[in-house]
Amino acid sequence: MITVKNLGLGLFFLGVVAFTVLPFLGSYHLREDLVSSEVKEIHREKVKELLAPMYGFSYSSTYSFLQAYHQQLDPYNEALKVEGRWEEVIWEDYGFSLAKAALQGPSRDHPLLCLLLSLGSCLAGGLLFHLAKKKEESPGGAFAGIFHSSLTNRGLLGILVGSYLILFYVILYWFPAYLVSLVWMVEPLSKLLSGGPASQWFLYGLVYTLAILVMGIRMFSKYAGNRYQQLRTASVMFFQTAFAFLIPEVLVRLNQPYFDFKNIWPLDYDFFFDYQLSTFLSSGGLGLFMLAWGCLLIIVAVPVFTYFYGKRWYCSWVCGCGGLAETVGDSFRHLSDKSLKAWKWERWTIHGVLALAVVMTSLTLVNYFSGFKVLGDLTNQVHAFYGFAIGSAFAGVVGTGFYPLMGNRVWCRFGCPLAAYLGLVQRFKSRFRITTNGGQCISCGNCSTHCEMGIDVRAYAQQGQNIVRSSCVGCGICATVCPRGVLKLENGPEKDRIHDFPILIGRQTIQLKK
Amino acid sequence: MSATHFVILGNGISGITFARHLRKGNPHVQITVISGESPYFFSRTALMYVYMGQMKWEHLYPYELQFWGKNRITLKQAWVTALDVDAKKLSFDTGEDLSYDYLILATGSTPAFYYWPGQHLQGVQGLYTKQDLESMEINTSTHVNRAVVVGGGLIGIEMVEMLAYRKIPVTFMVRESRFWEQSLPKREADLVHRLLKEQDIDLRLGTELKEILPGVHGKVRAVRTSQGEEISCEFVGLATGVTPNVAFLKKSGIKIQRGVLVNSYFETSAPNVYAIGDCAEFEYAPGEGRKNIEQVWYTGRMHGETLAANFCTSPQPYAPGVWFNSAKFFEIEYQTYGVIAVEEGDEIQDFYWEHPSGKIAFRMQMDAGGKILGVLALGFRLRHEYFDRAIREGWSGLQVISTLHQANFDPEFFAPYHVAIQKSFQLQFGVSFPLPKRSLFHHLFGSSS
Ligand SMILES: Cc1cc2nc3c(=O)[nH]c(=O)nc-3n(C[C@H](O)[C@H](O)[C@H](O)COP(=O)(O)OP(=O)(O)OC[C@H]3O[C@@H](n4cnc5c(N)ncnc54)[C@H](O)[C@@H]3O)c2cc1C
Ligand code: SF4
Repeated sequence: MITVKNLGLGLFFLGVVAFTVLPFLGSYHLREDLVSSEVKEIHREKVKELLAPMYGFSYSSTYSFLQAYHQQLDPYNEALKVEGRWEEVIWEDYGFSLAKAALQGPSRDHPLLCLLLSLGSCLAGGLLFHLAKKKEESPGGAFAGIFHSSLTNRGLLGILVGSYLILFYVILYWFPAYLVSLVWMVEPLSKLLSGGPASQWFLYGLVYTLAILVMGIRMFSKYAGNRYQQLRTASVMFFQTAFAFLIPEVLVRLNQPYFDFKNIWPLDYDFFFDYQLSTFLSSGGLGLFMLAWGCLLIIVAVPVFTYFYGKRWYCSWVCGCGGLAETVGDSFRHLSDKSLKAWKWERWTIHGVLALAVVMTSLTLVNYFSGFKVLGDLTNQVHAFYGFAIGSAFAGVVGTGFYPLMGNRVWCRFGCPLAAYLGLVQRFKSRFRITTNGGQCISCGNCSTHCEMGIDVRAYAQQGQNIVRSSCVGCGICATVCPRGVLKLENGPEKDRIHDFPILIGRQTIQLKK
Repeated sequence: MSATHFVILGNGISGITFARHLRKGNPHVQITVISGESPYFFSRTALMYVYMGQMKWEHLYPYELQFWGKNRITLKQAWVTALDVDAKKLSFDTGEDLSYDYLILATGSTPAFYYWPGQHLQGVQGLYTKQDLESMEINTSTHVNRAVVVGGGLIGIEMVEMLAYRKIPVTFMVRESRFWEQSLPKREADLVHRLLKEQDIDLRLGTELKEILPGVHGKVRAVRTSQGEEISCEFVGLATGVTPNVAFLKKSGIKIQRGVLVNSYFETSAPNVYAIGDCAEFEYAPGEGRKNIEQVWYTGRMHGETLAANFCTSPQPYAPGVWFNSAKFFEIEYQTYGVIAVEEGDEIQDFYWEHPSGKIAFRMQMDAGGKILGVLALGFRLRHEYFDRAIREGWSGLQVISTLHQANFDPEFFAPYHVAIQKSFQLQFGVSFPLPKRSLFHHLFGSSS
């Protein structure tokens, strides 16, 4: 089996190398007709004129192409700004679309081959590796050895992988033009699904979905025999593939708004933004349905489902961020900070983000219904700030890039405003709890060590106290890893759910509660 | 007037539980906890997980380090060499002394070795302390072709699993005719034997250790068994039981048998000196079917709780309830409630069920009148509260089995083994009762009630 495992590893690396090298291949040739087709009508003539010096040149790297682009455009914009002619400034960044149009290279000529070589070989390699590894695994179960591995114990490998992920996110959010080569290789798939061209977001969505699928399959074998783990993994795989990836693309093909039916405000923070509302209101019956559906999720689904099942129904069964955390991030769950201090921080930051999202949305709605008379442009700036700081930097770069350094639920624990909302319901009005099994706890600490939300589960279990923390996403790993069968995720009557005076069964001198 | 000084010797589960509960009940007293092994209380039960890379040492601390300061519990790391009960003071190996008003002995156990030739060779060790874990790391850091573990009990099988995790071939030597003979009936033990075979463990039942043979540089080279066979090995784990850690008290004049003798209030023969946890030996067994020395985690905790309560409220004798315990053999969990006789007897009615996989089993024993005495489960989880009540209230076996679904503690969506158990019980005892129906909704969403 060693050879199959190494073959898998080799394929995976080949894929990563291809994925990393592709953006450096090919060259850029800008033509006037490309500018015509990529640039909005109001800027078209001006940009054509400004970029004219680039026509006929070959740029061998994205960097040199973008540099030339900015050399032509920036002085013009600067001059306008100095003169205060704000209306005429070209705020749009055409860097990505022009680079994409101008690229000539292997991924454009042979997209499928490139796709196979990079993502395809990552997938196949990843699968082979994990299946082979499972077979030769030494006894000790699914969690043994994670602190002996450089990848999962913040060793060099972990730091490298974290850095790679962080770099990827920074490029994706703020320098997407560097990814056009990769975007070209998924162009045929995008055409097939939505009929439209691929963007960096389509590329990201595809990589994200495939990662959840492959690592989901790994979960099936890692948690062989554990139906709770397998079912919730199958559920996030389904919701990611169907709801987050395929359905929105198909909607676009049908000329309907792009919409993820399982994304809920305030995680879906732009749900009430003016352009979203306009889209819903101008898209006929389906648009109105989407608006109503989204509101129903917020007002009805969250409280009702959370009352019956706890926030896990969303966070570890449906959500896309949760889906990635539970599959790709599974091996990093133990890196979360368990200290009381982290818990204090968590309560400030997550409720802070919730408050921010609520304030931002209220402002937006007031502004929208007053016809933008009250706050004018201000809401746009708030949106830009939130999008940058929370949507991109926090949820993306820190949330995922830091998996190998801070654990897999950094965003869900410290940042996600929806998790904060779900958590408030879970804490104060829910049937969900983790029950502890009488006096069986031996304080070994496996449950706390492997809790991705940084909950000190042992602190409760060793006192015989149920766990009703707002942050618990119900992943069920504490129950899985507990060697004494002490923990059980349960939905039950609210009465006796919270033990103020917990009792450890075992002695007669203490009267047992009936 | 200075505050009453409680000195607790030993920072294991019993000593620390006592200290915590004493502080909760009394904000004024002065509390000092002493241990030579580690400055902080840690989970001895999880030593194996550190070796197996499933946890790090710091994860073994059940309380954050600032907990002790916050609760004004002074920690002192040092070895106590002598106790003077008349002068009420302890002496340390550093030459220091410490006076107490009350002394709680919570010194735990120490591995029991039986004077085998060669037991002090390098590569031969037990597993009890932090230092044992460290030496196990060292002893297995260079190549080990084979390890031998001696002693068919819980620590023995843990050592086997630890070594197997490091891919070291293991010979597991058990003196009795089956694994953990004192607690497992034959069929359960057989189940474990099969499990060990599956893990390629070389299991030797009915085999005793005769001597440990030296190689070069004072290292172990091989062991010789009672059958005269010589097994080459570079590591020997001795897990032949533990004994109360009381050797340093021999000269103090406190009454000691195997452990420090105590009455049901944990009072020793010396005034103001108490003993709890593994090191205590009750003059009279604390309950029916209970042993005079209780060497498990849960009992240490209960001793600590009871004694602290006695200092804070009106004293009550230690009265343990229904016995319970749990363990894990590789991937298979073990739980027991009440008393299980390991050999068949006339006055006992036995009900045993085993899953076709051979990895899940359930046993219930009843008295001649059908009243439940105890249960034992392998491979699935049972609810403590349910059996504690059933046994305390003396339910009939029939009653227990007919509502067994309420006792299920497995995670949601797991196969409901209680159904097969109920059917098997009906068959064996020729009784019938309605089997609870689970609605589709419950099946799908796993709601427990
Ligand atoms: C590997 C292993 C696994 C186990 N697993 C389980 C399990 O799963 N379930 C279960 O119920 N039980 C288990 N046990 C048993 C359980 O750990 C013990 O019953 C329990 O720890 C005893 O607690 P204690 O407080 O009595 O003493 P201990 O935990 O032994 O603590 C006593 C402390 O006192 C210190 N001390 C003693 N003498 C002196 C001195 N003269 N000067 C200074 N310090 C001194 C010792 O160094 C030690 O730190 C296990 C034991 C081991 C070794
Ligand atoms: S894993 Fe289980 S036994 Fe260990 S501390 Fe947690 S609840 Fe207790």
